[in-house]
Amino acid sequence: MTETVVRLVRSGFVAGTVPFSAVDGPGNRYVLFLQGCNWDCLVCHNPCSLPVAPPGMRPTSVADVVAGIVDAAPFLTGVTVTGGEVTLQAGFVRAVFDELAADPRTAALSRFVDSNGDAAPQVWELLAPVTDGVMLDLKALDDEMHVVLTGSSNAPVLASITDLASRGLLYEVRLLLVPGLNDGHDVLRRMARWLLAVDPAVRLRINPFRREGARACARDLLEPSPADLARYRAVLTDAGVRHLTLPV
Amino acid sequence: MQSAQLQDLVRACLEDPALTYRQRVQRLAALAENALEPPPVGEACRDAQAKGVVHDLGEGNAPYRPRYVLPDYAAALARGSAHLELPPPADLDDALAFLLAMYPNVPSITGYPVYLGDLDTLLEPYLGDLDDNAVRSRLRRFWRIVDRQLPDAFVHADLGPDDGRAVRAILAVDRELQQVVPNLTLRVDPARTPDDLLRDAVRTACADGKPHFVNHPMMVADHGPAYGVVSCYNALPRGGGAHTLVRLNLAESVRRSPGGAREYLSATLPGDVALTGELIAARIRYLVEGSRFYEHDWLVREGLVDPARFTAMFGVFGVAEAVEELLARDGVTARDGTPARYGRDQAASDVAQSLLARLAGLVAATPLPYCEVSGGRALLHAQSGIDSDVGVTAGARVPPGHEPSLYEHIRFVAPHHRWFPAGISDVFRFESTIAANPDAVVAVLRGAFGEGMRDFTFDVAGNGFTRVTGYLVRDRDVGALREAAAAHVAAIRGATTPQERAAARARHASTFLGATAITNQHLGDRVVQRPPADGRPAGGPVDD
Repeated sequence: MTETVVRLVRSGFVAGTVPFSAVDGPGNRYVLFLQGCNWDCLVCHNPCSLPVAPPGMRPTSVADVVAGIVDAAPFLTGVTVTGGEVTLQAGFVRAVFDELAADPRTAALSRFVDSNGDAAPQVWELLAPVTDGVMLDLKALDDEMHVVLTGSSNAPVLASITDLASRGLLYEVRLLLVPGLNDGHDVLRRMARWLLAVDPAVRLRINPFRREGARACARDLLEPSPADLARYRAVLTDAGVRHLTLPV
Repeated sequence: MQSAQLQDLVRACLEDPALTYRQRVQRLAALAENALEPPPVGEACRDAQAKGVVHDLGEGNAPYRPRYVLPDYAAALARGSAHLELPPPADLDDALAFLLAMYPNVPSITGYPVYLGDLDTLLEPYLGDLDDNAVRSRLRRFWRIVDRQLPDAFVHADLGPDDGRAVRAILAVDRELQQVVPNLTLRVDPARTPDDLLRDAVRTACADGKPHFVNHPMMVADHGPAYGVVSCYNALPRGGGAHTLVRLNLAESVRRSPGGAREYLSATLPGDVALTGELIAARIRYLVEGSRFYEHDWLVREGLVDPARFTAMFGVFGVAEAVEELLARDGVTARDGTPARYGRDQAASDVAQSLLARLAGLVAATPLPYCEVSGGRALLHAQSGIDSDVGVTAGARVPPGHEPSLYEHIRFVAPHHRWFPAGISDVFRFESTIAANPDAVVAVLRGAFGEGMRDFTFDVAGNGFTRVTGYLVRDRDVGALREAAAAHVAAIRGATTPQERAAARARHASTFLGATAITNQHLGDRVVQRPPADGRPAGGPVDD
């Protein structure tokens, strides 16, 4: 692995913000969407967030980001930074989190990161001191399937999960399940066992693949049926997962 | 009323297959009461009533019981009751039986008690060493009897602000049974009410629309610690209540005024406040000096209510329409030149603040008889509307369908709440996904109280319940009524068969009101508070 040096930066590419979300971590959260992703997922629902610096997009300053959060702060449990892929702008995220931690109006808010996990250890080293929790995706335990689904190897993802769990920062792992690709009995069981070995109290969330909004190349894939969802629950619970969230 | 006309009304009531026996009895009582002339008021006051500016909420022409009675149930349980021939209860079974015996004996404008007491506080001492299952099975029975015996969604019990076994058991049973009766309020003290209790309450509200939440320290500052929240968010002295609630339609009031805000606030509003006060005073006088309720009722005799703890409620509604009309007359627009909107524009907020401050000042300067508990003045209340209101928004709410985003909505209405010690009801509607994350609502709730909100209520899109004024209806009950809607309309025109009319039946009297209100007040249009789509990046090219 090449040496990664992450520098703090005072501005970043922000794709959007949502001041009120009940689906991006614990409680009511302000969500900051960062621009740019290092993966090219088959099932990407948000291809416009892939380019790192799209033409015409101006960087947003840390101060502007924090000002938006300050305004919503009285109603918030915390802030979640998501993407795109957050860790591509880790220096910006660190600067935003530093500012939130220092400002008495936002210091009490929990600070979460939602990432694909494809990040060097230095990234987590940089973020850990100011981060309360990380939500990661695990698309497949099998590396070949991971490459099919994301275009990238899962080695850094597995390392990130292990690293974050050891730091007590692994809040939740999301399994994006596509029928026939990564949802077989054995596949699920192995994923659960691997995750439980890393963190016996791991929280899992099932994100069923949805065709709506997916890229054209993914429109022929199947969506999990209610029976599939029931099977996921049964298999994962049977494997020993105690904290499992499925869509309502 | 002509005698022949009265006979027709009585007969129509007696022969209406849509009414249960008790609904008939209550309607007959109202017909008899309204055969009398109302308490005398001046011509201007009569005219204001005829024009719909001042409205007595159909309380009846000859008040013979206070509108809202809040007995001191703790005193009754402690001392027992000679009237009820019941000794003080010794255990939970006795306490629940005592309350069930007492409730039907509590007078009220609706015919059913509007206040069941601070139920968790009342019951906690009787739990003893009963385990949670034993407590729940008794409460389940109690809950069912309350709903079946008092089938009216204005029947209301209070909970909190402290955590305890009783409040947890009550919330659990309420979630399980999914009844509209009793309505519930949780009093929230940020320093005393733990997050975990709030979470449990939010979970209950996601399941069945209850409880409503009130800012306890704010209520205590206005009422002292002995207060109750009853019926539709009416906050009143416990051990007393409200003689009457008369409301002023601010939208109509503004229409009577020829000018803009300045002219309205200095000339028309004071006159209409005085006319509302005149009607309130006339009604109180008849109740106290005419029907002499407080001289003979058993609750007074046994010291369970104190006549000196009764006050009057001065209700207002149509604040939104009044404010927008005044802005239009003064030519005030939003920054982009479009008409300034209530709930969205600073200009509307400014006018609403001036209007409510002026109103509160006028009400505070209007002396009323027999209202010593509130300094000889009425308590101001943002009245949540009635079923027949059309084209005018309840209380000081933002019109359904025009609510802004969540924080904007909270910040727009929060400054209004301090003016309404007797309660105000802004309703927020959330997506059903909120049920998976009740902590999100807990955070919003704490923030809303921090911003100065007194009352906070939410309903959840698609959970089967709709919050109407302060009461709830079950959507499936309304649906059953709607199925018979054609028959209902035909019945009003006198062209229906008894079978069709009988189909439009409801066990809860409040369901009739709710069904009409949902249509007339467009409650289905309430904006569902969800994360704004514009902030969350979605498919498609990035703007450049």
